[in-house]
Amino acid sequence: MSTLINTKYDRRKRRTQGIAFWVFRLMSLAVVAILVWILGFLVVKGIGVVNWEFLTSMPEDGMTKGGILPAIVGTLCLVAGSMVFAFPIGVMSGIYINEYAPNNWLVKFIRVMTNNLSSIPSIVFGLFGMALFVNTLGFGDSILAGSLTLGLLVLPVVIRTTEEALKAIDNSYRNASLALGATKLQTIRKVVLPMAFPNIITGLILSVGRVSGETAPILFTVAAYFLPKLPTSIFDQVMALPYHLYVLATSGTDIQASRPMAYGTALVLILIVLLINLLANGLRAWFGKKVKTN
Amino acid sequence: MENQTIISAQGVNFWYGDYHALRDISLDMEAHTVTAFIGPSGCGKSTFLRLLNRMNDLVDGARLEGRILIEGEDIYARGVMVDELRKRVGMVFQKPNPFPKTIFENIAYGLRVNGVRDKAFIESRVEESLKGAALWGEVKDKLKKPAFELSGGQQQRLCIARALAVQPSILLMDEPASALDPISTSKIEELIYELKTEYTIVIVTHNMQQAARVSDRTAFFYLGELIEYDETKKIFLNPEKAQTQNYITGRFG
Ligand SMILES: Nc1ncnc2c1ncn2[C@@H]1O[C@H](COP(=O)(O)OP(=O)(O)O)[C@@H](O)[C@H]1O
Ligand SMILES: [Mg+2]
Repeated sequence: MSTLINTKYDRRKRRTQGIAFWVFRLMSLAVVAILVWILGFLVVKGIGVVNWEFLTSMPEDGMTKGGILPAIVGTLCLVAGSMVFAFPIGVMSGIYINEYAPNNWLVKFIRVMTNNLSSIPSIVFGLFGMALFVNTLGFGDSILAGSLTLGLLVLPVVIRTTEEALKAIDNSYRNASLALGATKLQTIRKVVLPMAFPNIITGLILSVGRVSGETAPILFTVAAYFLPKLPTSIFDQVMALPYHLYVLATSGTDIQASRPMAYGTALVLILIVLLINLLANGLRAWFGKKVKTN
Repeated sequence: MENQTIISAQGVNFWYGDYHALRDISLDMEAHTVTAFIGPSGCGKSTFLRLLNRMNDLVDGARLEGRILIEGEDIYARGVMVDELRKRVGMVFQKPNPFPKTIFENIAYGLRVNGVRDKAFIESRVEESLKGAALWGEVKDKLKKPAFELSGGQQQRLCIARALAVQPSILLMDEPASALDPISTSKIEELIYELKTEYTIVIVTHNMQQAARVSDRTAFFYLGELIEYDETKKIFLNPEKAQTQNYITGRFG
Protein backbone atom coordinates (compact mmCIF):
# COMPACT_ATOMS: atom_id res chain seq x y z
CA MET A 1 0.00 0.00 0.00
CA SER A 2 1.28 3.40 -0.88
CA THR A 3 1.78 5.84 1.94
CA LEU A 4 1.92 8.76 -0.44
CA ILE A 5 -1.53 8.57 -1.95
CA ASN A 6 -4.57 9.80 -0.06
CA THR A 7 -7.14 11.18 -2.46
CA LYS A 8 -9.28 12.68 0.26
CA TYR A 9 -6.41 14.64 1.69
CA ASP A 10 -5.42 15.73 -1.75
CA ARG A 11 -8.90 17.01 -2.56
CA ARG A 12 -9.15 18.94 0.67
CA LYS A 13 -5.78 20.52 0.11
CA ARG A 14 -6.62 21.46 -3.42
CA ARG A 15 -9.87 23.05 -2.36
CA THR A 16 -8.14 25.29 0.19
CA GLN A 17 -5.60 26.26 -2.44
CA GLY A 18 -8.39 27.07 -4.85
CA ILE A 19 -10.26 29.19 -2.34
CA ALA A 20 -7.13 31.12 -1.41
CA PHE A 21 -6.39 31.74 -5.05
CA TRP A 22 -9.86 33.11 -5.70
CA VAL A 23 -9.92 35.30 -2.61
CA PHE A 24 -6.67 36.93 -3.63
CA ARG A 25 -7.77 37.28 -7.22
CA LEU A 26 -11.14 38.81 -6.28
CA MET A 27 -9.49 41.29 -3.96
CA SER A 28 -7.15 42.54 -6.63
CA LEU A 29 -9.94 42.64 -9.17
CA ALA A 30 -12.00 44.67 -6.71
CA VAL A 31 -9.23 47.24 -6.56
CA VAL A 32 -9.15 47.50 -10.34
CA ALA A 33 -12.94 47.72 -10.43
CA ILE A 34 -13.01 50.61 -8.00
CA LEU A 35 -10.41 52.45 -10.02
CA VAL A 36 -12.28 51.90 -13.26
CA TRP A 37 -15.47 52.98 -11.56
CA ILE A 38 -13.99 56.26 -10.35
CA LEU A 39 -12.49 57.00 -13.73
CA GLY A 40 -15.67 56.03 -15.57
CA PHE A 41 -17.77 58.12 -13.24
CA LEU A 42 -15.59 61.16 -13.86
CA VAL A 43 -15.50 60.63 -17.59
CA VAL A 44 -19.28 60.22 -17.84
CA LYS A 45 -20.01 63.22 -15.67
CA GLY A 46 -17.23 65.45 -16.86
CA ILE A 47 -16.63 64.75 -20.53
CA GLY A 48 -19.62 66.89 -21.50
CA VAL A 49 -17.93 70.14 -20.49
CA VAL A 50 -14.34 69.30 -21.37
CA ASN A 51 -13.51 70.81 -24.72
CA TRP A 52 -10.90 73.11 -26.14
CA GLU A 53 -12.64 76.20 -24.84
CA PHE A 54 -12.92 74.72 -21.34
CA LEU A 55 -9.17 74.14 -21.30
CA THR A 56 -8.15 77.50 -22.71
CA SER A 57 -10.44 80.15 -21.35
CA MET A 58 -11.07 82.02 -18.11
CA PRO A 59 -13.93 81.17 -15.79
CA GLU A 60 -16.98 83.39 -16.27
CA ASP A 61 -20.35 84.12 -14.74
CA GLY A 62 -19.49 83.24 -11.17
CA MET A 63 -17.55 80.20 -12.40
CA THR A 64 -20.63 78.58 -13.91
CA LYS A 65 -19.39 79.15 -17.43
CA GLY A 66 -16.11 79.52 -19.29
CA GLY A 67 -13.06 77.44 -18.58
CA ILE A 68 -10.38 76.58 -16.10
CA LEU A 69 -7.20 77.76 -17.81
CA PRO A 70 -5.85 79.71 -14.82
CA ALA A 71 -6.31 76.70 -12.55
CA ILE A 72 -4.50 74.41 -14.99
CA VAL A 73 -1.64 76.86 -15.35
CA GLY A 74 -1.56 77.39 -11.61
CA THR A 75 -1.33 73.68 -10.86
CA LEU A 76 1.40 73.20 -13.46
CA CYS A 77 3.33 76.09 -11.91
CA LEU A 78 2.99 74.57 -8.46
CA VAL A 79 4.06 71.12 -9.65
CA ALA A 80 7.11 72.57 -11.40
CA GLY A 81 7.95 74.91 -8.55
CA SER A 82 7.72 72.30 -5.84
CA MET A 83 9.83 69.84 -7.87
CA VAL A 84 12.52 72.43 -8.54
CA PHE A 85 12.76 72.75 -4.80
CA ALA A 86 12.16 69.21 -3.53
CA PHE A 87 13.93 67.15 -6.17
CA PRO A 88 17.52 68.38 -5.82
CA ILE A 89 17.34 68.70 -2.05
CA GLY A 90 15.63 65.35 -1.64
CA VAL A 91 18.00 63.51 -3.95
CA MET A 92 21.05 65.07 -2.32
CA SER A 93 19.81 64.18 1.17
CA GLY A 94 19.10 60.65 0.01
CA ILE A 95 22.62 60.40 -1.38
CA TYR A 96 24.09 61.74 1.83
CA ILE A 97 22.12 59.36 4.01
CA ASN A 98 22.84 56.28 1.95
CA GLU A 99 26.32 56.89 0.58
CA TYR A 100 28.15 59.17 2.96
CA ALA A 101 26.68 59.22 6.41
CA PRO A 102 28.21 56.82 8.90
CA ASN A 103 25.60 54.61 10.48
CA ASN A 104 25.33 56.58 13.70
CA TRP A 105 22.70 58.29 15.84
CA LEU A 106 22.62 61.39 13.65
CA VAL A 107 21.62 59.43 10.59
CA LYS A 108 19.08 57.39 12.51
CA PHE A 109 17.70 60.65 13.80
CA ILE A 110 17.49 62.11 10.28
CA ARG A 111 15.71 58.99 9.11
CA VAL A 112 13.19 59.07 11.96
CA MET A 113 12.56 62.74 11.35
CA THR A 114 11.96 62.32 7.63
CA ASN A 115 9.50 59.55 8.41
CA ASN A 116 7.77 61.80 10.91
CA LEU A 117 7.70 64.57 8.39
CA SER A 118 5.73 62.40 6.03
CA SER A 119 3.09 61.62 8.62
CA ILE A 120 2.29 65.24 9.44
CA PRO A 121 -1.20 66.14 8.14
CA SER A 122 -0.97 68.34 5.08
CA ILE A 123 -3.09 71.11 6.60
CA VAL A 124 -0.32 71.54 9.18
CA PHE A 125 2.13 72.08 6.35
CA GLY A 126 -0.27 74.71 5.06
CA LEU A 127 -0.22 76.52 8.38
CA PHE A 128 3.53 76.25 8.67
CA GLY A 129 3.98 77.49 5.11
CA MET A 130 1.76 80.44 5.84
CA ALA A 131 3.66 81.32 8.99
CA LEU A 132 7.13 80.91 7.48
CA PHE A 133 6.96 81.65 3.77
CA VAL A 134 3.94 83.94 3.51
CA ASN A 135 4.45 85.99 6.66
CA THR A 136 7.93 85.70 8.16
CA LEU A 137 9.82 85.61 4.87
CA GLY A 138 7.28 87.98 3.35
CA PHE A 139 6.62 86.09 0.10
CA GLY A 140 2.91 86.76 0.51
CA ASP A 141 0.31 84.46 -1.03
CA SER A 142 2.38 83.44 -4.01
CA ILE A 143 3.55 80.63 -6.27
CA LEU A 144 6.84 80.77 -4.41
CA ALA A 145 5.27 80.26 -0.98
CA GLY A 146 2.95 77.54 -2.30
CA SER A 147 5.72 75.70 -4.11
CA LEU A 148 7.98 75.75 -1.07
CA THR A 149 5.17 74.43 1.12
CA LEU A 150 4.30 71.66 -1.32
CA GLY A 151 8.00 70.94 -1.73
CA LEU A 152 8.36 70.40 2.01
CA LEU A 153 5.38 68.10 1.92
CA VAL A 154 6.89 65.77 -0.67
CA LEU A 155 10.50 66.01 0.42
CA PRO A 156 10.27 62.84 2.54
CA VAL A 157 8.93 60.90 -0.44
CA VAL A 158 11.82 62.01 -2.63
CA ILE A 159 14.38 61.27 0.09
CA ARG A 160 12.97 57.86 0.80
CA THR A 161 12.73 56.74 -2.81
CA THR A 162 16.25 58.01 -3.47
CA GLU A 163 17.52 56.07 -0.47
CA GLU A 164 15.74 52.91 -1.58
CA ALA A 165 16.97 53.31 -5.14
CA LEU A 166 20.56 53.66 -3.95
CA LYS A 167 20.27 50.78 -1.53
CA ALA A 168 19.20 48.54 -4.39
CA ILE A 169 22.53 49.05 -6.17
CA ASP A 170 24.84 46.16 -5.36
CA ASN A 171 28.01 47.15 -3.54
CA SER A 172 30.08 45.21 -6.04
CA TYR A 173 29.66 48.10 -8.50
CA ARG A 174 30.87 50.64 -5.98
CA ASN A 175 33.82 48.42 -5.11
CA ALA A 176 34.71 47.89 -8.75
CA SER A 177 34.80 51.62 -9.30
CA LEU A 178 36.77 52.44 -6.17
CA ALA A 179 39.24 49.67 -6.91
CA LEU A 180 40.01 51.37 -10.22
CA GLY A 181 41.12 54.49 -8.38
CA ALA A 182 37.87 56.41 -8.77
CA THR A 183 36.98 58.73 -5.92
CA LYS A 184 33.79 58.29 -3.98
CA LEU A 185 32.19 61.24 -5.73
CA GLN A 186 33.15 59.88 -9.16
CA THR A 187 31.77 56.50 -8.17
CA ILE A 188 28.47 58.04 -7.15
CA ARG A 189 28.21 60.28 -10.18
CA LYS A 190 29.31 57.87 -12.86
CA VAL A 191 28.20 54.49 -11.59
CA VAL A 192 25.71 54.60 -8.74
CA LEU A 193 23.45 57.50 -9.74
CA PRO A 194 22.94 56.48 -13.36
CA MET A 195 21.97 53.01 -12.20
CA ALA A 196 19.63 54.35 -9.53
CA PHE A 197 18.09 57.08 -11.64
CA PRO A 198 15.17 55.15 -13.13
CA ASN A 199 14.01 54.31 -9.62
CA ILE A 200 14.60 57.83 -8.36
CA ILE A 201 12.24 59.00 -11.07
CA THR A 202 9.59 56.84 -9.43
CA GLY A 203 9.89 59.14 -6.43
CA LEU A 204 9.38 62.06 -8.75
CA ILE A 205 6.22 60.50 -10.18
CA LEU A 206 4.78 59.86 -6.74
CA SER A 207 5.54 63.41 -5.66
CA VAL A 208 4.00 64.95 -8.74
CA GLY A 209 0.79 63.03 -8.17
CA ARG A 210 0.73 64.14 -4.58
CA VAL A 211 1.52 67.79 -5.28
CA SER A 212 -1.01 68.22 -8.04
CA GLY A 213 -3.81 66.89 -5.86
CA GLU A 214 -3.18 68.60 -2.54
CA THR A 215 -5.51 71.34 -1.41
CA ALA A 216 -4.71 71.98 2.23
CA PRO A 217 -1.08 73.14 1.81
CA ILE A 218 -1.98 75.69 -0.86
CA LEU A 219 -5.07 77.01 0.87
CA PHE A 220 -3.24 79.64 2.91
CA THR A 221 -0.14 79.98 0.80
CA VAL A 222 -1.05 80.54 -2.83
CA ALA A 223 -4.50 79.45 -3.94
CA ALA A 224 -6.88 82.11 -5.20
CA TYR A 225 -10.66 81.68 -5.01
CA PHE A 226 -11.19 83.45 -8.29
CA LEU A 227 -8.48 85.07 -10.36
CA PRO A 228 -9.19 85.15 -14.05
CA LYS A 229 -5.68 85.93 -15.24
CA LEU A 230 -2.42 84.11 -15.71
CA PRO A 231 0.51 84.62 -13.33
CA THR A 232 3.39 86.77 -14.51
CA SER A 233 5.86 86.13 -11.70
CA ILE A 234 6.54 83.72 -8.87
CA PHE A 235 5.13 86.28 -6.47
CA ASP A 236 1.67 86.05 -7.98
CA GLN A 237 -1.26 84.17 -6.55
CA VAL A 238 -2.79 81.50 -8.77
CA MET A 239 -5.85 79.34 -8.94
CA ALA A 240 -5.20 75.60 -8.70
CA LEU A 241 -7.23 72.64 -9.87
CA PRO A 242 -7.89 70.88 -6.55
CA TYR A 243 -8.89 74.09 -4.80
CA HIS A 244 -10.96 75.21 -7.75
CA LEU A 245 -12.74 71.88 -7.59
CA TYR A 246 -13.42 72.40 -3.92
CA VAL A 247 -14.78 75.88 -4.57
CA LEU A 248 -17.00 74.72 -7.41
CA ALA A 249 -18.39 71.88 -5.35
CA THR A 250 -19.01 73.73 -2.10
CA SER A 251 -18.92 77.48 -2.28
CA GLY A 252 -19.53 78.77 -5.76
CA THR A 253 -22.15 81.37 -6.48
CA ASP A 254 -24.48 78.76 -7.92
CA ILE A 255 -23.43 75.28 -6.91
CA GLN A 256 -26.03 73.48 -9.04
CA ALA A 257 -25.00 75.35 -12.16
CA SER A 258 -21.29 74.80 -11.57
CA ARG A 259 -21.60 71.06 -10.82
CA PRO A 260 -20.71 69.99 -14.41
CA MET A 261 -17.73 72.35 -14.29
CA ALA A 262 -16.61 70.59 -11.09
CA TYR A 263 -16.68 67.18 -12.76
CA GLY A 264 -14.87 68.57 -15.77
CA THR A 265 -12.21 70.02 -13.49
CA ALA A 266 -11.77 66.70 -11.69
CA LEU A 267 -11.41 64.92 -15.01
CA VAL A 268 -8.79 67.36 -16.22
CA LEU A 269 -6.87 67.06 -12.96
CA ILE A 270 -6.75 63.29 -13.23
CA LEU A 271 -5.77 63.44 -16.88
CA ILE A 272 -2.92 65.81 -16.10
CA VAL A 273 -1.63 63.50 -13.40
CA LEU A 274 -1.90 60.52 -15.74
CA LEU A 275 -0.11 62.42 -18.46
CA ILE A 276 2.73 63.41 -16.17
CA ASN A 277 3.02 59.81 -14.97
CA LEU A 278 3.18 58.54 -18.53
CA LEU A 279 5.84 61.09 -19.34
CA ALA A 280 7.86 60.14 -16.28
CA ASN A 281 7.53 56.46 -17.11
CA GLY A 282 8.82 57.14 -20.60
CA LEU A 283 11.72 59.07 -19.11
CA ARG A 284 12.40 56.19 -16.76
CA ALA A 285 12.51 53.65 -19.54
CA TRP A 286 14.69 55.91 -21.64
CA PHE A 287 17.19 56.38 -18.84
CA GLY A 288 17.19 52.70 -18.03
CA LYS A 289 18.16 51.93 -21.60
CA LYS A 290 20.64 54.73 -21.89
CA VAL A 291 22.54 53.56 -18.84
CA LYS A 292 23.06 50.08 -20.24
CA THR A 293 24.31 51.16 -23.61
CA ASN A 294 26.42 54.13 -22.69
CA MET B 1 67.52 37.19 -12.31
CA GLU B 2 67.55 39.59 -9.41
CA ASN B 3 64.36 39.24 -7.41
CA GLN B 4 62.81 42.27 -5.88
CA THR B 5 60.32 42.55 -3.07
CA ILE B 6 57.29 44.53 -4.21
CA ILE B 7 54.83 43.78 -1.40
CA SER B 8 55.96 43.50 2.17
CA ALA B 9 53.66 42.91 5.14
CA GLN B 10 55.27 43.37 8.52
CA GLY B 11 53.59 42.25 11.71
CA VAL B 12 50.07 42.83 10.41
CA ASN B 13 47.19 42.48 12.85
CA PHE B 14 43.69 43.35 11.77
CA TRP B 15 40.37 43.64 13.55
CA TYR B 16 36.75 43.96 12.41
CA GLY B 17 35.45 45.68 15.53
CA ASP B 18 36.37 43.24 18.29
CA TYR B 19 36.99 40.36 15.94
CA HIS B 20 40.68 39.68 15.50
CA ALA B 21 40.70 38.60 11.86
CA LEU B 22 44.44 38.56 11.10
CA ARG B 23 47.18 37.70 13.58
CA ASP B 24 50.73 38.88 13.19
CA ILE B 25 51.14 38.30 9.47
CA SER B 26 54.51 38.96 7.88
CA LEU B 27 55.34 38.04 4.33
CA ASP B 28 57.18 39.42 1.32
CA MET B 29 56.13 38.98 -2.28
CA GLU B 30 58.41 39.38 -5.26
CA ALA B 31 57.74 41.32 -8.42
CA HIS B 32 56.52 39.31 -11.43
CA THR B 33 55.49 36.31 -9.44
CA VAL B 34 52.15 34.75 -8.73
CA THR B 35 51.38 34.23 -5.06
CA ALA B 36 48.42 32.10 -4.07
CA PHE B 37 46.57 32.41 -0.76
CA ILE B 38 44.91 29.19 0.32
CA GLY B 39 43.09 28.11 3.45
CA PRO B 40 39.62 27.22 4.66
CA SER B 41 36.73 29.71 4.38
CA GLY B 42 36.84 32.52 6.87
CA CYS B 43 40.56 32.23 7.60
CA GLY B 44 41.22 35.77 6.42
CA LYS B 45 42.52 35.38 2.87
CA SER B 46 40.19 38.00 1.39
CA THR B 47 40.71 40.27 4.34
CA PHE B 48 44.45 40.23 3.83
CA LEU B 49 44.06 40.74 0.09
CA ARG B 50 41.82 43.75 0.63
CA LEU B 51 44.40 45.28 2.94
CA LEU B 52 46.77 45.52 -0.01
CA ASN B 53 44.63 48.05 -1.89
CA ARG B 54 42.97 49.47 1.22
CA MET B 55 39.51 48.24 0.33
CA ASN B 56 39.01 47.47 4.02
CA ASP B 57 39.02 51.21 4.64
CA LEU B 58 35.35 51.06 3.69
CA VAL B 59 34.49 48.81 6.63
CA ASP B 60 33.27 50.60 9.74
CA GLY B 61 35.22 49.81 12.87
CA ALA B 62 38.14 48.14 11.12
CA ARG B 63 41.58 48.54 12.67
CA LEU B 64 45.06 47.70 11.48
CA GLU B 65 48.38 47.30 13.27
CA GLY B 66 51.69 46.69 11.58
CA ARG B 67 53.00 47.93 8.25
CA ILE B 68 52.35 47.10 4.64
CA LEU B 69 54.87 48.35 2.12
CA ILE B 70 54.23 48.41 -1.60
CA GLU B 71 57.17 49.30 -3.80
CA GLY B 72 58.86 50.39 -0.62
CA GLU B 73 56.14 52.80 0.50
CA ASP B 74 54.04 52.37 3.61
CA ILE B 75 50.55 52.41 2.14
CA TYR B 76 48.93 53.15 5.49
CA ALA B 77 51.16 56.12 6.24
CA ARG B 78 49.54 59.50 6.72
CA GLY B 79 48.78 61.38 3.54
CA VAL B 80 48.78 58.35 1.23
CA MET B 81 46.51 59.03 -1.73
CA VAL B 82 44.30 55.98 -1.63
CA ASP B 83 42.97 56.42 -5.17
CA GLU B 84 46.53 56.61 -6.50
CA LEU B 85 47.38 53.46 -4.58
CA ARG B 86 44.41 51.67 -6.12
CA LYS B 87 45.59 52.60 -9.59
CA ARG B 88 48.85 50.84 -8.80
CA VAL B 89 47.17 47.88 -7.17
CA GLY B 90 44.29 46.62 -9.29
CA MET B 91 41.65 44.19 -8.14
CA VAL B 92 39.47 41.52 -9.71
CA PHE B 93 36.55 40.31 -7.67
CA GLN B 94 35.01 36.93 -7.07
CA LYS B 95 31.83 37.58 -9.02
CA PRO B 96 32.28 39.27 -12.39
CA ASN B 97 31.03 42.81 -11.86
CA PRO B 98 31.15 44.77 -15.11
CA PHE B 99 29.38 48.12 -15.02
CA PRO B 100 26.06 48.39 -16.83
CA LYS B 101 27.82 50.17 -19.64
CA THR B 102 29.18 49.11 -23.00
CA ILE B 103 32.21 46.87 -23.28
CA PHE B 104 34.23 49.85 -24.43
CA GLU B 105 33.11 52.13 -21.63
CA ASN B 106 33.84 49.46 -19.03
CA ILE B 107 37.48 49.46 -20.03
CA ALA B 108 37.64 53.20 -20.57
CA TYR B 109 36.14 53.91 -17.15
CA GLY B 110 39.41 53.74 -15.23
CA LEU B 111 41.02 56.13 -17.69
CA ARG B 112 38.14 58.57 -17.69
CA VAL B 113 38.03 58.84 -13.92
CA ASN B 114 41.72 59.60 -14.10
CA GLY B 115 41.03 62.55 -16.31
CA VAL B 116 42.18 61.05 -19.61
CA ARG B 117 40.34 62.77 -22.47
CA ASP B 118 42.39 61.89 -25.52
CA LYS B 119 40.10 59.72 -27.62
CA ALA B 120 42.77 58.03 -29.67
CA PHE B 121 44.73 57.21 -26.55
CA ILE B 122 41.67 55.73 -24.85
CA GLU B 123 40.89 53.64 -27.92
CA SER B 124 44.37 52.25 -28.14
CA ARG B 125 44.46 51.51 -24.43
CA VAL B 126 41.10 49.74 -24.60
CA GLU B 127 42.39 47.53 -27.40
CA GLU B 128 45.64 46.85 -25.58
CA SER B 129 43.84 45.93 -22.37
CA LEU B 130 41.38 43.64 -24.09
CA LYS B 131 44.28 41.92 -25.86
CA GLY B 132 46.07 41.66 -22.53
CA ALA B 133 43.04 39.89 -21.11
CA ALA B 134 42.75 37.59 -24.13
CA LEU B 135 39.32 38.97 -24.96
CA TRP B 136 39.98 41.19 -27.96
CA GLY B 137 39.27 38.58 -30.60
CA GLU B 138 35.89 37.79 -29.10
CA VAL B 139 34.64 41.34 -28.62
CA LYS B 140 36.37 43.55 -31.14
CA ASP B 141 33.24 43.76 -33.28
CA LYS B 142 30.87 44.54 -30.45
CA LEU B 143 32.64 47.11 -28.33
CA LYS B 144 29.48 49.20 -28.30
CA LYS B 145 27.35 46.36 -26.96
CA PRO B 146 26.35 46.17 -23.30
CA ALA B 147 28.87 44.25 -21.22
CA PHE B 148 26.02 42.26 -19.68
CA GLU B 149 25.57 40.42 -22.97
CA LEU B 150 28.88 38.62 -22.50
CA SER B 151 29.12 35.19 -20.88
CA GLY B 152 30.27 34.92 -17.26
CA GLY B 153 33.79 33.92 -18.26
CA GLN B 154 34.03 36.75 -20.77
CA GLN B 155 32.71 39.19 -18.18
CA GLN B 156 35.45 38.14 -15.79
CA ARG B 157 38.10 38.65 -18.45
CA LEU B 158 36.50 42.01 -19.16
CA CYS B 159 36.96 42.85 -15.49
CA ILE B 160 40.60 41.84 -15.77
CA ALA B 161 40.97 44.04 -18.86
CA ARG B 162 39.27 46.86 -17.00
CA ALA B 163 41.84 46.54 -14.23
CA LEU B 164 44.73 46.37 -16.71
CA ALA B 165 43.63 49.56 -18.45
CA VAL B 166 44.92 51.76 -15.64
CA GLN B 167 48.29 49.95 -15.83
CA PRO B 168 48.68 48.71 -12.30
CA SER B 169 51.88 46.98 -11.26
CA ILE B 170 50.04 44.57 -8.97
CA LEU B 171 46.86 42.64 -9.64
CA LEU B 172 44.84 41.22 -6.76
CA MET B 173 42.37 38.47 -7.58
CA ASP B 174 39.88 37.14 -5.08
CA GLU B 175 38.77 33.70 -6.26
CA PRO B 176 38.41 35.04 -9.80
CA ALA B 177 37.28 31.75 -11.26
CA SER B 178 35.05 30.40 -8.53
CA ALA B 179 31.88 31.48 -10.31
CA LEU B 180 32.98 30.14 -13.68
CA ASP B 181 32.74 26.90 -15.64
CA PRO B 182 35.86 24.73 -16.15
CA ILE B 183 36.67 26.06 -19.62
CA SER B 184 36.43 29.70 -18.56
CA THR B 185 38.46 28.80 -15.51
CA SER B 186 41.29 27.35 -17.54
CA LYS B 187 41.27 30.45 -19.75
CA ILE B 188 41.68 32.62 -16.68
CA GLU B 189 44.49 30.40 -15.45
CA GLU B 190 46.32 30.65 -18.77
CA LEU B 191 45.84 34.36 -18.64
CA ILE B 192 47.35 34.59 -15.17
CA TYR B 193 50.36 32.72 -16.43
CA GLU B 194 50.83 35.23 -19.25
CA LEU B 195 50.16 38.28 -17.14
CA LYS B 196 52.90 37.59 -14.66
CA THR B 197 55.56 38.71 -17.09
CA GLU B 198 54.22 42.22 -16.65
CA TYR B 199 52.37 42.20 -13.37
CA THR B 200 52.73 40.88 -9.89
CA ILE B 201 49.73 38.74 -9.10
CA VAL B 202 48.20 37.76 -5.81
CA ILE B 203 45.37 35.28 -6.08
CA VAL B 204 43.06 33.89 -3.44
CA THR B 205 41.74 30.49 -4.30
CA HIS B 206 39.71 27.71 -2.81
CA ASN B 207 40.94 25.35 -5.40
CA MET B 208 44.21 23.70 -4.49
CA GLN B 209 44.93 22.36 -7.96
CA GLN B 210 44.53 25.88 -9.19
CA ALA B 211 47.00 27.21 -6.66
CA ALA B 212 49.42 24.46 -7.66
CA ARG B 213 48.99 25.20 -11.36
CA VAL B 214 49.26 28.97 -11.42
CA SER B 215 51.38 30.11 -8.52
CA ASP B 216 55.07 30.42 -7.78
CA ARG B 217 54.60 30.75 -4.06
CA THR B 218 51.76 29.76 -1.81
CA ALA B 219 50.67 31.10 1.56
CA PHE B 220 48.52 28.91 3.76
CA PHE B 221 46.24 30.78 6.16
CA TYR B 222 44.37 29.23 9.03
CA LEU B 223 42.17 31.01 11.59
CA GLY B 224 43.71 34.38 10.82
CA GLU B 225 47.28 33.17 11.01
CA LEU B 226 49.80 32.63 8.29
CA ILE B 227 50.78 29.03 8.92
CA GLU B 228 53.22 28.50 6.11
CA TYR B 229 54.52 30.47 3.15
CA ASP B 230 56.92 28.98 0.67
CA GLU B 231 57.50 27.94 -2.91
CA THR B 232 54.35 26.33 -4.22
CA LYS B 233 56.19 23.11 -5.02
CA LYS B 234 57.46 22.86 -1.51
CA ILE B 235 54.06 23.59 0.03
CA PHE B 236 52.37 20.89 -2.01
CA LEU B 237 55.07 18.25 -1.99
CA ASN B 238 56.83 18.72 1.26
CA PRO B 239 55.22 21.17 3.68
CA GLU B 240 56.92 21.93 6.97
CA LYS B 241 53.80 22.09 9.11
CA ALA B 242 51.36 19.31 9.85
CA GLN B 243 48.41 21.70 9.48
CA THR B 244 49.44 22.53 5.92
CA GLN B 245 49.86 18.87 5.13
CA ASN B 246 46.40 18.13 6.53
CA TYR B 247 44.78 20.91 4.55
CA ILE B 248 46.29 20.12 1.18
CA THR B 249 45.54 16.45 1.53
CA GLY B 250 41.96 17.33 2.31
CA ARG B 251 41.91 16.11 5.86
CA PHE B 252 40.08 19.25 6.97
CA GLY B 253 38.74 22.55 5.73
N1 LIG C 1 33.22 43.36 6.64
C1 LIG C 1 33.38 42.48 7.65
N2 LIG C 1 32.93 42.78 8.89
C2 LIG C 1 33.09 41.90 9.90
N3 LIG C 1 33.68 40.71 9.78
C3 LIG C 1 34.15 40.35 8.58
C4 LIG C 1 34.02 41.21 7.45
N4 LIG C 1 34.58 40.60 6.38
C5 LIG C 1 35.02 39.41 6.83
N5 LIG C 1 34.78 39.25 8.14
C6 LIG C 1 35.15 38.10 8.98
O1 LIG C 1 36.54 37.96 8.96
C7 LIG C 1 36.90 36.60 8.81
C8 LIG C 1 37.77 36.41 7.59
O2 LIG C 1 36.98 36.63 6.45
P1 LIG C 1 37.55 36.56 4.97
O3 LIG C 1 38.78 37.34 4.91
O4 LIG C 1 36.46 36.92 4.05
O5 LIG C 1 37.88 35.00 4.85
P2 LIG C 1 38.25 34.13 3.57
O6 LIG C 1 38.38 35.03 2.39
O7 LIG C 1 39.51 33.43 3.94
O8 LIG C 1 37.14 33.15 3.39
C9 LIG C 1 35.62 35.81 8.76
O9 LIG C 1 35.38 35.28 10.05
C10 LIG C 1 34.58 36.82 8.40
O10 LIG C 1 33.36 36.48 9.00
MG1 LIG D 1 37.16 35.15 0.64
